Amino acid sequence: MKADATLDCIGLYCPMPIAHTSNKLKELEKGQVLEILADDEGIKEDMPAWCKTTGNELLSVEEEGEQYRIYVRKS
Amino acid sequence: MAEKESVTLVVFSGELDKALAAFNIAIGAASAGLEVSMFFTFWGLNIIKRNEGGIKSKGMMRRMLNFMNRGGSKRIHLSKFHMLGMGTWMMKRLMKDVNSPPLDELIAMAKEMGVKFIACTTSMGIMGISKEAFIPEVDSFAGVATYLAGAREGRVNLFI
Repeated sequence: MKADATLDCIGLYCPMPIAHTSNKLKELEKGQVLEILADDEGIKEDMPAWCKTTGNELLSVEEEGEQYRIYVRKS
Repeated sequence: MAEKESVTLVVFSGELDKALAAFNIAIGAASAGLEVSMFFTFWGLNIIKRNEGGIKSKGMMRRMLNFMNRGGSKRIHLSKFHMLGMGTWMMKRLMKDVNSPPLDELIAMAKEMGVKFIACTTSMGIMGISKEAFIPEVDSFAGVATYLAGAREGRVNLFI
């Protein structure tokens, strides 16, 4: 998937990946896609929940070994 | 999203672990675009006391209390396994090991994200703590009516 920006949250625990995602998304335009890399397992539940609360669109959560690659579209 | 949802936290406890939990929730909520206010009361005031200098108060009992109960984000203890400072020191080490930000950074971050800090004036009066004892991030000094006005609008209300 093609992303407009990437955010590296490897090594960060809750609530940092969500907090950084929220900040980073502010820099993007509506419709643009943010790629988030994270390795805190909680993120695979947290990012969908965060998207539900904020109304941003969760495109995918991919597990790559012990890491997660997540795509969110700003709405 | 229609009207902005809000979250109100009553922070009654002054221990490091509970403060970390409170600020994690506050930052998580602010990250989701929710309006967050934290009402610090009783021992919770210790979390938002400044780390530098002494706390001045009048009367022998209040002076003693504020000496024993100094507070400050860098001084407060774990509620469990403090072990004369050893346990708290170790927990801070463990947090550092995994890049988990210390309490004072969480406070700064919450503030930057627009979280409102309110200090309870009743507790301040009882304990003889003046406004000067607190970090400048505190937005207002108020009482239960202010908390309730916020809490009535919020769907998430926690007492920590």
